[in-house]
Amino acid sequence: MTVYFKKREVVVPGELLAEGRYRSSMGTYDEEGKIYSALAGLAELRGNTVKVVPLEGVYIPSEGDLVIGTITRVAGNNWKVDITGPYGASLHANNALRRPYDDDISRYFDIGDVIAAEITAFDRNSGPFLTLKGRELGLLTEGMILDLGPAKIPRVIGRSGSMINMIKDKLRIEAVVAQNGKIWIRAPNAPTLDLAIKAFKMIEAQAHTSKLTERVGAMLDQELAEIKETAPKTTEIESEEEVESPVKEEPPEEEPVPVVEEERAEETATAPIEEPAEPKASEEEPAPAEEAKAAKDDDNKTEEVIEE
Amino acid sequence: MGDYSAEVISNIDRDYIANFLDAGKRIDGRAFNEARNTEIELDVVAAKAEGSALVHLGDTSVIAGVKVLLGDPYADSPDQGVMMVTAELQPLASPLFELGPPKEPAIELARVVDRGVRESEMIDTSKLCIEPGKKVYMVFADVYPLDYDGNLIDASSLAVAAALLTTKFDEYTWEDGKAVPTGKKLDLPIRNSAVEVTVSRIGQHLVMDPSLKEEMVQDCRLTMAVDKNDKLRAMQKGGGSGPLTLDEIETSMTMAIDRAQDLHKLIDETIKARKKK
Amino acid sequence: MSPETKPDFLINPEGLRIDGRRTDEMRPIELKVGVLKQADGSASIRQGNTYILAAVYGPRELHPRHLTINDRAYLRCVYRMATFSVPDRKRPAPSRREREISMVIANALKPALFLEDYPRAVVDVFIQVIQADGGTRCAAINAASLALADAGIPMKTLVPAVAVGKAEGKLLVDLGDEEDKYGGGDVPMAMLGTTGDITLLQQDGSFAKEELVEAMGMGVTAMKYILELQKEALKSAYTKKVAIEGEELDEYEDDLETDLGEAEIAGEEDE
Repeated sequence: MTVYFKKREVVVPGELLAEGRYRSSMGTYDEEGKIYSALAGLAELRGNTVKVVPLEGVYIPSEGDLVIGTITRVAGNNWKVDITGPYGASLHANNALRRPYDDDISRYFDIGDVIAAEITAFDRNSGPFLTLKGRELGLLTEGMILDLGPAKIPRVIGRSGSMINMIKDKLRIEAVVAQNGKIWIRAPNAPTLDLAIKAFKMIEAQAHTSKLTERVGAMLDQELAEIKETAPKTTEIESEEEVESPVKEEPPEEEPVPVVEEERAEETATAPIEEPAEPKASEEEPAPAEEAKAAKDDDNKTEEVIEE
Repeated sequence: MGDYSAEVISNIDRDYIANFLDAGKRIDGRAFNEARNTEIELDVVAAKAEGSALVHLGDTSVIAGVKVLLGDPYADSPDQGVMMVTAELQPLASPLFELGPPKEPAIELARVVDRGVRESEMIDTSKLCIEPGKKVYMVFADVYPLDYDGNLIDASSLAVAAALLTTKFDEYTWEDGKAVPTGKKLDLPIRNSAVEVTVSRIGQHLVMDPSLKEEMVQDCRLTMAVDKNDKLRAMQKGGGSGPLTLDEIETSMTMAIDRAQDLHKLIDETIKARKKK
Repeated sequence: MSPETKPDFLINPEGLRIDGRRTDEMRPIELKVGVLKQADGSASIRQGNTYILAAVYGPRELHPRHLTINDRAYLRCVYRMATFSVPDRKRPAPSRREREISMVIANALKPALFLEDYPRAVVDVFIQVIQADGGTRCAAINAASLALADAGIPMKTLVPAVAVGKAEGKLLVDLGDEEDKYGGGDVPMAMLGTTGDITLLQQDGSFAKEELVEAMGMGVTAMKYILELQKEALKSAYTKKVAIEGEELDEYEDDLETDLGEAEIAGEEDE
């Protein structure tokens, strides 16, 4: 029973990590009772599980993940969505719009539009497939998008959302943190936006160090104090839609996207159904927070449509 | 539309860039007439190429290598040497480049850089003749982008200029019906040099040395080749079908001439600082 | 242009090679990781005058679709030489030699990769020879291994490679350009770093069986050395990425928050 590495030591592919009754986990493989690294990254031991954490990586979809993507094509009743990584995603109109909807679905979302969506299905043979039916999902407009890569996202969120919530509280920004590595930020003014970007870039650079939340918090406090000294008004400006609400769930659930109506999820559609919204109006959203059960039946159809 | 209309840029990115420009700024903090950090490394292929240079323009990097070969002159210019610039957009430099033979962007890159060299009469091809009608020197400047973050034309033309200015090749004479090496090394017969400067139009704004994201939202770009005497020698409007007003063209020219002076100085200083081979 | 003339001797009376090396001596090797920004992973190698860049993109979506494989990623290697990388300018279009070498490099690397992790995707390896001075396919493999690791492609092991050969009766390690052209044989080899399994083997020239076995043994020794250089290059590049000024990482500090991937562990325990 031997471990051949120190905590968070940089290891490389083929390096022998452990021998004996250890379990091989992500970033490692085992051969004849020995566990080797499969990646260049940081070796970790948790209990008797050995894993290697990569510093970067591509996004591999997982059902339930919140992702931010850009629409690249419209094909019949589907939008092709770039969520980065090796697997392009598809969004079927039934998972985004209420029926009846127009034949030309580009009226609702078109090439270049950015959406926050959830992965409903993904396996080795097909997908991933997306839905816009859910709280916090829908069209994103204004603001800016940072791409930090999926490997950094757990750190951006922090344990039970501690990091992202701290940043949002201190800066009073809106942010959507997606599992595929993208962060959408909307800030009330330019200095605040700059600070938010600085905070996220700091996390990106130091993702593998300890006490990062404290350091990011300290940096923000210091910068905010300086801003207050030089321009007292700046931090008082209210953002148009203050949609703060404490994160109740584990990541990847995030703050509601401001452009989506704050409908409570899981409610069946007894309320009057909105007609599919006007084309690409930024405030309206044909992304109702209703169970996507009906849409699921169409998933089989979705697959056929997507075949190329 | 930028050069790569196949690649979709998100509306958020597009608006973000436009908002910055409207506020008089660029997303990377540069002024409209400011170029990215520019570096030239010489002699990067010293053991096999007659001349070579690697240029870093921000995160864009391009390598140019010069080979001087013996060849037959063109029929209509029997006492002139031959000069040609080629370029290949290898997929190693960008996820936007595909495998396969050069397509229009690569061809345009090669031809625009070539025109800068040719129209400025940089190389006196009449001095590249070994035996009229029989043997001349052929000068190939080949461009390989290694990392594409916008504005390959400017980076490539700078690399080609630096590589040609530092080229050394074997001298040949004509004896008994064939070319014979003399054992001496020659410099290229240089009369001038031109560097290309590109200005993009994004909406109402003109920005020099566009980064990749700026190229992807540009309406069009104007590339100007400026020689050591501040003369314009070649121009190319490309990168999209958006039009330009005469005022915009004139403003671009002013930016280009300014920048070209800095570039010519940079080339001179880099060559001076170079250790003797 | 520079006429390539055969040197008077490849091994001098003192038993040294034209660049002064002993027969079992390698050229100086310099490996750098993460040299390109656009590529997902990259590395450069200088081995004597040979200078090569390797870039990896992937896993990413594969076009054309007819190449996709259902249960694994498709490995695509493209080896290209710059026109100016050799004394006689190489024509720009891909040559048959380049295409064969591309295939041979792919076969050398494939056994080391866990391609099953990314069905339907492609892992692209692009090799650009900037300056060619012998042993380019082997140097390319040395760099490509690092570029793959830098891109985060899961691998069983790194893959070192070297060309052995002979000249004037002596067995040589790490052939230079003249030795390859004018010597008595060229044997490029590559192996899996962990197991020693040979994944690239070609040979030309003329060898007695015992000679060839001995030469390959010299190759294995050289490759073990190169493997250490590869590991070192990768570790030092990654250690730089991880370190921040003045921060000491406490050993065995039980700070759950620092555990990047905490979410994954929580997920895994449900399996």
